[in-house]
Amino acid sequence: MSPANLVEITGLNISFGNNSVVENVSMALKRGEITTLIGPNGAGKTTLVKAVLGLLSPTSGTIKRSSALRIGYMPQKLHIDTTFPLTVARFLKTAAFASIEDRIVALQSVRAEHLLKQSVHSLSGGEMQRVLLARALLRKPELLVLDEPAQGVDINGQTELYKLIASIRDKYNCAVLMISHDLHLVMAATDQVICLNHHICCSGHPEQVSADPSYIELFGIPGAESLALYSHHHNHQHNNHGDILPLPDEQESDHHHCGGHH
Amino acid sequence: MPEFLLLALLGGIGVALVAGPLGSFVVWRRMAYFGDTLAHSALLGIAVGVLFDINFNLAVVSCCVILALILVSLQRQRLVATDTLLGIMAHSSLSLGLVAVALLDDVRVDLMEYLFGDLLAITPTDLFWIYGGGGVVMLLIWKLWNPLLAVTINEELAQVEGVPVARIRLALMLLIGVVIAIAMKVVGILLITSLLIIPAASARRLASSPEQMAVIASLLGVVAVILGLSASMQFDTPAGPSVVVAALVQFLLLYSLPIRSVA
Repeated sequence: MSPANLVEITGLNISFGNNSVVENVSMALKRGEITTLIGPNGAGKTTLVKAVLGLLSPTSGTIKRSSALRIGYMPQKLHIDTTFPLTVARFLKTAAFASIEDRIVALQSVRAEHLLKQSVHSLSGGEMQRVLLARALLRKPELLVLDEPAQGVDINGQTELYKLIASIRDKYNCAVLMISHDLHLVMAATDQVICLNHHICCSGHPEQVSADPSYIELFGIPGAESLALYSHHHNHQHNNHGDILPLPDEQESDHHHCGGHH
Repeated sequence: MPEFLLLALLGGIGVALVAGPLGSFVVWRRMAYFGDTLAHSALLGIAVGVLFDINFNLAVVSCCVILALILVSLQRQRLVATDTLLGIMAHSSLSLGLVAVALLDDVRVDLMEYLFGDLLAITPTDLFWIYGGGGVVMLLIWKLWNPLLAVTINEELAQVEGVPVARIRLALMLLIGVVIAIAMKVVGILLITSLLIIPAASARRLASSPEQMAVIASLLGVVAVILGLSASMQFDTPAGPSVVVAALVQFLLLYSLPIRSVA
């Protein structure tokens, strides 16, 4: 296992009964890198993530983790029954391994210290996601795994949340593995995109993936377009998308303009 | 106070105390129907106890645990929806128990006593079981409190954080099995779940933390036992159902009062 890799997956297959969900996936997660899993519903993204977390065992193939890897996990949804009286403070306290200082620091790094005494049932979608992120940070993670972190968050909150995730990566120098549907929002802060439809359709830097025919086949031109938009934002030299995305010049400059605001 | 009344009071209070925290978990984890299913299988335990001449309490606990294990493994196979599965198991285990008891024709088992409880016939031996078993349950809940909460919040998150989820879940089922065995004498198989969930549901109205809810549920349970027993003496009504009615009155009162909702 290469020392730069925190997790190395080789030839991973996972099936439930006769239903093959993850097929021949090989990938690596590196310290300090954000990896985003994209793909249609039912493509096996959550299954792959659960295998990385060790919640599911592979049908075949291997998942190597660096020794004593600390993983912080933010589940897709946290359904807490309303009959369960729980404040944010008490919720974080059930992570028994963390000290009070850890809990305060974690809440501060997601800018949610003011929520400490609130009931978890009164939080908005965005507030809840930030509290969950704080919980994941309590582990002082080397690898942060986020399953659709922006679910149920309004559009302004989403942009902010993804910025927050990028800043956490910088602060903790951890690897981030996340599932996202918000292609246009995550791409700017992603180092590696893996496009999954049971098998890996394509992977690489956002710009490479956006130009890949299998990506366009999977998401259609609109998805690819919004991705290209962000590649432009990053690197204005990129005109080679024209081959795949025949955009008139006028429209393209529009995109430049639009990108500048984000 | 006549001795039988003192024994009844002590027995009821012992069960109410331990039902508070455990009942809270039943409410939080939506296990009410699950508890009912386990309780229904207790009669089968009695029949097995008579048949093999084992202590009834042990027989009931083992029967509940075995049923819980079967339930979990069937749930994994997803043959039918969980509520259907619970319905099938609850009523067939009760029927199996009734049939088995009827077949043991040389032994007379007082069915009413097991179905609805016989609080006023509690013996010092029963008290020993209630406080011994209840004490062990309380100690385990105390020890496992935090992992139990973590598993209740989210099992996958708990597992990633290193909580032994499968063992904690098993422990919770075991604890519910023990409480059913010891509470059977007080309210009977058919009413046990109510003693678990009604005080806990009432306590939710007043609690702002899981700890508060557990403690308040215990206290409300104790009050219900005292009120129910007094009413039973006063109006000559059956003791177990009277306790449940007292708990219901508390619940209705608490939910009709305008209390500011907390946490």
